[in-house]
Amino acid sequence: MKRHIAHLGIITLLASAWLGQAALGQVLPEDRADALYHSFDGGGVKITGPSILLRKKVTKDFSAYANYYVDSISSASIDVLSYASAYKEERTELSVGGDFLLDETILSAGYTHSDENDFNAQTAYFGVSQDIFGGLTTVSMGFSRGWDTVGMVNDPDFEQDVDRRSYRLGVTQVLTKNLLMDFAFDAITDEGFLNNPYRQVRYLDDDEPDGYNWQPEIYPNTRTSSAFSLGGRYFMSAGSAIYGGGRVFSDTWGVDAWDAKVGYTYSTQRSWLFDLSYRYYTQTGADFYSDLFEYEDQQNFRGRDKELSTFTDHSIRLGIRYELPVADWGFVERGTANLNYDYMFFKYDDFRNVLDEGAPGSEPLYDMTADVLQLYISFWF
Amino acid sequence: MQNLLIVPVLLIALFASACSNVEPWVKPYERANLADEAMLLDRNPVSGAYINHVYEAREGARGASGSAGGGCGCN
Repeated sequence: MKRHIAHLGIITLLASAWLGQAALGQVLPEDRADALYHSFDGGGVKITGPSILLRKKVTKDFSAYANYYVDSISSASIDVLSYASAYKEERTELSVGGDFLLDETILSAGYTHSDENDFNAQTAYFGVSQDIFGGLTTVSMGFSRGWDTVGMVNDPDFEQDVDRRSYRLGVTQVLTKNLLMDFAFDAITDEGFLNNPYRQVRYLDDDEPDGYNWQPEIYPNTRTSSAFSLGGRYFMSAGSAIYGGGRVFSDTWGVDAWDAKVGYTYSTQRSWLFDLSYRYYTQTGADFYSDLFEYEDQQNFRGRDKELSTFTDHSIRLGIRYELPVADWGFVERGTANLNYDYMFFKYDDFRNVLDEGAPGSEPLYDMTADVLQLYISFWF
Repeated sequence: MQNLLIVPVLLIALFASACSNVEPWVKPYERANLADEAMLLDRNPVSGAYINHVYEAREGARGASGSAGGGCGCN
């Protein structure tokens, strides 16, 4: 189990795929097929796999989709090397759902099942989207419910549950003939076993040669978070637009975060499209996080998960899309070949590299880079 | 959590009750620029879902990614 993540946002994106047609009003998503290869390589972790999406109108009022996704993980991260050994595992995820068009309203429902050798997640989603103000405003609301089962590879008797709920409100607004804005609010609650059963915290121990020892993490059994985002896209000239946005986040564990993104999209002669963007993210650490506790069992809740530490990260993206010449391909109306590359840099403010030299608590602070690659083809029919 | 939901529900009700009285200030024939491919909020749902997955697995924040969709009413 790599880490508990919120699958809710992903199923929401798949279920609301009509957002790719923002300028077309309230219509069902286009019939399309996508085959994507993804690769994340950074911090000693390599994750690769496919994502296949098929979406088809069953009737003129109903569109169905299915998505198959795989993460093949090979991990020798700093967490693993600090107190365990490198491992390989695989996660597969299957999502199915549909959208029903009723006048200016779209009703959506979906279900996702994710499976790996020590973690199982199921998520159900329902949403409604409505055009108002003559089609200038689209309001959407969604609700997701997730049920996870957490296990351990080396302990078949270990089994814990997690219950997740997510509430979403979104508004997309045409402000002028050249400017689109969108707003989103998510409230998410989790209840159950929320920490990673393998993760350890370290504490000072004079009896150890290194001067410290390890013990299991313990997280609170509940977590509630809220996030607001605001973004916009401005038309500059035919095939060219700038965009930007930001998000603020807060949760009951003491994590406060915000991010901002700016980008530019440019297409030439409709065959090539280029996208360049920069994203900045920063967060404060959880209240119960510490890189080094002073003694064993110092706190009832304790964590040393670097994703809950204080840190910043930067992402630079280059995206290229090529319009395939599909005029003679029969039922295929359009096809594209795409490449997205993201370079990410993480800098941690209170997570130390225990693999480096130094007295406990004075080792160098950890940082890492990652290369994130997406290669995919898309067909519309 | 129930209090959190009251605000969006009231906003929806407010928008919905007022929408019949509002004249669209961007006419349908003025929406060509908004239909340009460069103006799409998310060109590919699979790619968008993947990169959000990358962020959520490595950052403490979650949610409010993506958008409500729609919004132009060009039809």
